[in-house]
Amino acid sequence: MHVLANPRRFLAIAVPATPWCFWGGIALILAGCWAGLFVAPADYLQGHSFRILYIHVPAAWLGMGGWSGLTIAAIMQLVWRHPLASVAGRAIAVPGAIFTALCLATGSIWGRPTWGTWWEWDGRLTSMLLLLFLYIGYIALARSSVERGDAGGVSRVTAIYALIGALNLPVIHYSVVWWNSLHQAKSISIVRMSSSIDPSMLWPLGLTVLGFTLWFTAIVLLRMRAMLAENRIEARLRRMSRG
Amino acid sequence: MVAVTSNRSGPKRKHQRLVLVLLALAAMIGGVLLAMSALRSQAAYFYTPAEALAAKVEPGRAIRLGGMVEAGSIKRHGDGTTVDFRLTDGEATVPATFTGITPDLFAENSGAVAEGAFGPDGVFRATNILAKHDERYMPREMEGIDYDPQTHQVDSSGQ
Repeated sequence: MHVLANPRRFLAIAVPATPWCFWGGIALILAGCWAGLFVAPADYLQGHSFRILYIHVPAAWLGMGGWSGLTIAAIMQLVWRHPLASVAGRAIAVPGAIFTALCLATGSIWGRPTWGTWWEWDGRLTSMLLLLFLYIGYIALARSSVERGDAGGVSRVTAIYALIGALNLPVIHYSVVWWNSLHQAKSISIVRMSSSIDPSMLWPLGLTVLGFTLWFTAIVLLRMRAMLAENRIEARLRRMSRG
Repeated sequence: MVAVTSNRSGPKRKHQRLVLVLLALAAMIGGVLLAMSALRSQAAYFYTPAEALAAKVEPGRAIRLGGMVEAGSIKRHGDGTTVDFRLTDGEATVPATFTGITPDLFAENSGAVAEGAFGPDGVFRATNILAKHDERYMPREMEGIDYDPQTHQVDSSGQ
């Protein structure tokens, strides 16, 4: 990570990586959605409505993964004062919030035919909604720190806010374990390498999760590059105005 | 980028900040875990039948009751919208009745959450029913195959 702290070295890796992540991600998303819609068999209980899983699960993963990224960036910023870490935090927040909103929207659409309700104040749903509100708060704080001139990145207060918000992540994860909830327990265990999704329905999910993750990475890289370019423009304008 | 002065970025200061951040995180996580364990029963989305009977929920108080719909317990009345059923969690079983349209996934041997209140006769009068489904997804042909929720293993020999 220290190697990436230098913006020039970061750009040397980020510029060629961006198109690969962007187009590779889109190709995997399209392949996964096609397989999820037309190749995977219908569920024994839910029929075709389970297919929204191929969007819902990657959206949930990236909503939570985005905040994990904000947390790592915040620690890098607070401990090592990496200027790029605070730029990364600002770049992750907006796509993270959009994927969290997508997770809530697809979950709501899925809940209507299966559970019989658009929304319930269940532990999983409520903690995920809280994550969306945390993102909105982060975006507001990040914007105000840029306006005060924190060199393209976010202020230290914003980074501390990201650390506090990270406490919601274990609550989301364990909400279906700690409390009786309407949302079912998790289907995939990474630790035990097991899944209660039949393999014939699981592999398209692997494609969309990987695809959306690559695409998310590409968007974050693009946003970071735009912010760094903006900094350079501002620095040049300042030099020019001084003559 | 921000120019960092040398006295603020020395190895010692970085070490101090790392320890400080980790301590703060550990303290906050501890606080949240304490709060969550205190919330445990209050934040539950529903009572199971055994919990509702143990808590002696008084008749008329609005609660949610969740469990499995007992096999053979669904009886639909002649009016087409009233349904009697029993919810069980393996320890206790509660009779319930509901008038209205049930979700598609509401079925025997399947999870359901009923919103409503106990009547004076001990029958749960539901005003709304939500279907709960488990974490399994499989093709129709595999229905009925033995499945172990602990190991996620499907026993294909024991059909």
